[in-house]
This record gives sequence, C-alpha cells and structure tokens, in this order.
Amino acid sequence: MGRAGFPANAIGFAIGLPLILAIGGLEAFRPMGLSLPALTGGLLTLDTMIRVGLFTIVLVGLNLLMGYAGQVSLGQAAFYGMGAFFSAIMTVRARTLGIPPALAEAWWWPWLVMLTGAFLVGLTAYGIGRPILRLRGHYLAMATLGLGIVVYILLRENLGLPHLNLTGGFDGIQGIPRLRLGGLLLWPAWRYYFLVWLFAFGAIALGLRVVRSRVGRALRAIHGSEMAAESVGVEVSYYKAQVFGLSAAMAALAGSLYAHFQTTVIPATFGFGSSLELVVMSAVGGMASIWGAPFGALTVLLVQEVLRTQLHRVIPNAQGEFEAIAFGVILVLIMLFLPEGLTTGGLRWLRSRMGLRPR
Amino acid sequence: MLYISPDGTGERSEAPLLEVLRVSKAFGGLMALLDVSLCVWPGQIKGLIGPNGAGKTTLFNLITGMLRPTSGDIRFQGRSIVGLPPHRIAALGIARTFQNVQLFSGMTVFEHVLVGGHRHGRSGLLGAIFQTSRVRQEEKEARARAWRILERVGLVEWADRPAESLPLGLQRILEIARALATAPRLLLLDEPGAGLNPPEKAQLAGLIRSLPEEGITVLLVEHDMNMVMGLADEIAVLDYGQLIAEGPPEAIRQDPRVIAAYLGEEDEVWNAARG
Repeated sequence: MGRAGFPANAIGFAIGLPLILAIGGLEAFRPMGLSLPALTGGLLTLDTMIRVGLFTIVLVGLNLLMGYAGQVSLGQAAFYGMGAFFSAIMTVRARTLGIPPALAEAWWWPWLVMLTGAFLVGLTAYGIGRPILRLRGHYLAMATLGLGIVVYILLRENLGLPHLNLTGGFDGIQGIPRLRLGGLLLWPAWRYYFLVWLFAFGAIALGLRVVRSRVGRALRAIHGSEMAAESVGVEVSYYKAQVFGLSAAMAALAGSLYAHFQTTVIPATFGFGSSLELVVMSAVGGMASIWGAPFGALTVLLVQEVLRTQLHRVIPNAQGEFEAIAFGVILVLIMLFLPEGLTTGGLRWLRSRMGLRPR
Repeated sequence: MLYISPDGTGERSEAPLLEVLRVSKAFGGLMALLDVSLCVWPGQIKGLIGPNGAGKTTLFNLITGMLRPTSGDIRFQGRSIVGLPPHRIAALGIARTFQNVQLFSGMTVFEHVLVGGHRHGRSGLLGAIFQTSRVRQEEKEARARAWRILERVGLVEWADRPAESLPLGLQRILEIARALATAPRLLLLDEPGAGLNPPEKAQLAGLIRSLPEEGITVLLVEHDMNMVMGLADEIAVLDYGQLIAEGPPEAIRQDPRVIAAYLGEEDEVWNAARG
C-alpha cells in the first residue's frame, strides 16, 4: 500500500546526515581557519551541537511517550540523571563498589555500564509504570512529577547511604573518564560529537520504526481512545508501561553519554526544571513527530543562547528574570502560531503550499 | 443436548453463544440493570431495544468487560467472562461499536482497521526495532487483511483520509470495519443508525444483514424501530433496567408492556414501527 505523501523521512536523513557530517568535519579540520562559531557569528558551538544530539535521544523517547501514546511525563530528567549517575558511580566509584581495577579500567567497561544502565533504568520504569500508568491525565503528570523529585532527592542525599558517598551529594561526581574505543580516545570534542550523533540518528531511526509498527499504531490508538483500543484487544496498560520503559532507557543512555562528555555530574542538572525543559523542547519541535526531537532541542538551546548573550543589548541591566520572561513569550508565540510544533506544523504548511493533500 | 429457545417457539440444537444470567448492575443506589437474563444464539441478529436510560449501553459495557456486574454471570461460548479485562474479552471474539463514535484521532481510516486487526499480530517492540523478516511478513498480511475489510464495507476510497474527516454515517461504518477486523464471533452494535440519513441507514442495514452469513452473530441496540424490526429475528426489550419482553419482532410490536414502556417516547417512531 504505497501511501503517497511528503517523503519527510527520506528528506530528513538526506539533509540531516550530510549537515551533521559537515559540521563535524568543519570542526575536525578547521579548513582555512573556518569554524562553526565563526560561521554562525558565535551562535552555534560544537558544545551546543553535542547537547542537541544528547537531547535528541531523550526527546525521541519522550515524543513516543507523550506525542504518540499520549502519556505526559514531568519526570523524564530523572531517568536522564539515573543514567548519568549510574555511569559516573560505576566508573569513578568502582573501588568503593569492590569492582576489580582490571575490569573498571578496561576500555569497554564504561560502554558495558552504559548499556546495563539503560537496560536497568528501562526495566525500573517499566516496573513503576505498570501501576502509575493506570492513572490518566493530570494524575499521571503528578505521579511522574513526584517520581522525578524522589529521584532528585535520592541523588542529592547519597541514596540514603552517606557513609558510601556514592553520588557525592550536592557536589556530585567529578573526574568521569572519557570514552575510548579500543585504543582510540573519543576526544577532542569533534570525535565525541560524531559518537553522540551516531546515537541520535540511531534513536531517530528507532523512533520511526516504532511509530510505523503494530506497536506504534497501538500507542496512537491508546492516545485516541483507550476504550476503543481495549475493545479491539489492545492491552492498554502493558503498552503504556512498555513505551514508558523505552523512553526511560533512551533517556538513561543519553544521560550516560552526557556524563562521559561533561566528566562532572551534579544532581541539580536533573531536577524538575530540566524535566520541564524537556517537555518544552518536545512541544516546540512537535510532540507527535520523531523529527521534532532535534529541531525542538536545537530551537530551545538557540533561543536560550541568544537571550543569554543578546538580551542585555536590548534591555540594559537585564537580569536572569528577563531571560525567563522573554523565553516564555517566545514559547507562547510558537505555540500560538504552530500549536503542533515546528516540524508537524511546518510540514503541514509545506504540504498545503505544495498543493499536497493535508493529512 | 437441546436448548429451549426463549421465545418458546421451539428447541434449538445449538448452545447459545452468549448467555446473560440474572445480571444486575448498581451505580451507587441506582439499579441500572436488575436481574436481566437473555441468550444470543449463533448466527442470529438479536435486537435490544428500550427507552433512553433503560440500561442497554450498560449491558454492552458489562459484556465487554468495561464494567463489572454487581451480581449474576455472563458466559460466552459456555465460559464465564465476568472479571476478564476488556482486551481478553476482545480476544475471545467479542467486538463492539460505540454509541458516541470512538475514533483514534489523527489516524487514517486504513490505520483504524489495522488497529482493529491488532490481536492477529504477535510482533512487539523489539520486532519493530529490528524489523525481522517475520515482522515484515506479518505487517504485509495485516495490511492485506485490513484492505480486504475496507473493500468489504466500501471504504476503500477513503482509506488515506483522517477518520475524523468522514461524515458520521461513514464513521459508524468505519467503527464496524474496525470491529470486524478483530474477526469476532459476536458483534455488539450500539445505536449504529443514530444520526444517519435514510440512504446511509439503508447502506448500514445492508451491511448488518450480511454479517450472519460470515458467521458473525449480532446484538443490535437501535432506536430506529423500522431498522430493528427489519433486521432482527428476535428482540429483547429493556425498561428501567429490567427485561420486560423478548420474542420475534411481530410479537414485540403487539406486546402491551412494550407499548406502555414507549408511551411518551417519540410517537412517530413507534407509529412508524407499527405501520
């Protein structure tokens, strides 16, 4: 059944992959002294692009959960933090945990930790999800909010085991090792950038496959009408918990990558504010779209960056509050004019301009 | 073993497909259903009528597991289904439509029918991610099956349209198509004719009439008396949560209890039915 339509996925990869490669190549070789910040007037740095990649991984999962299955999560940063701290603890605190140095210093150890962490966090979310995903609407949002706060406090309070000092409390963990691939150190930043975007495109490809599958259709059906989905045999609570687990595993994986990028993790990075920021990115990009993930992350990070560096030129003596207010105003404008987010709304606009049937 | 048919006209050699046995349902102090018993026999189109608030939709919700009876038993193919979750009951072969159309917003007509076929598939999240050949084969079969059902109900040309953009008459047919995609033994239709114009109703009636030939038994709630009388071979009447009459359409039409129950209801509907 070849569905005619706008080949958004093909175009996405055809433009996205070369663009990401070009940016990486530019930063790796700096031909004729050119660099990403120089070409973008200081707006874009490799650091920002790495963050966009990391958030893309989280947001693909979050969009599957919120945009497709219709289940709001206000605690997604907790899973991101769980992944980050799991990697940090298992590498930096290996001795406290009694892991033999021969193991902990092997190049593949952090990779194994990363995958194990994602798996365990996903499994945990699935287990928690079975009961809390029976809740609907605001109640579910409140439950995930609470979950995020509990995780944040556990990280800050050393998991309740102060004598081991596993999470490092407020100060977090420093000195997380950079990743290696055999003998190849994944640093300077452009090398790490390629790694992160490899995962980000993997996440996008995974999201697209899930959306188009039997499971993806079941998720969208649950979003549309739980009653009707049940009436045709869709086991609603099972699918909800599954996608919750998947989104948590993806967030945890991104968190691990973040830990090895930043080499320092503190609990404050993974609080409620970050969860909210993720929801904002998701909404700006377009919740019900996989491609919305990179666009949402890029847009929000860019707007924040512009406000941080430029706002004081417009309003002298502007403080942090002005940034927050301006940020809010911009979000309201985006949501007013493109309520489905940049990708879904933008594609609809393109389709109508090209005379294609709106879908 | 012989089964006494409820209208007393004879015996049946088959077991009933669905048995509702002394079922009651209370919402707080309100008895929505009181001691209701009825049977649906394989291959029949059974009508279920009654004034508004008589408990018809409640009975549907009990049969499909969306509500649990306060007392009594419901058996499908001889097996009690009380307490099973809705998706398990669907898997046993009971499908339904809804009085207020329940569409999956944002999904196309074709996708609705694909979701209807959900229970025939096995592939899960990992299958979706790794796209094994088995998964692709399953997807191909699911699409072919969904396409056949769209052809069967005459919605092919609408396949790619968002379901919400369909006129109400076609939305109701789509709900039936989605239910048919589960390959049910028993199909519960909750006022499929509500809000439809005469040509749409005629199309719908034709579709419903053809279902028993395919081995699908129908339990039909409908307000349009002409439609029920023309389709059903047996009708049960609910009033204030109680079964007040059951029998062939001709008998129901004359039944004084039924006429009394409908006094004050839309007269024209009832007169049309008698005329």
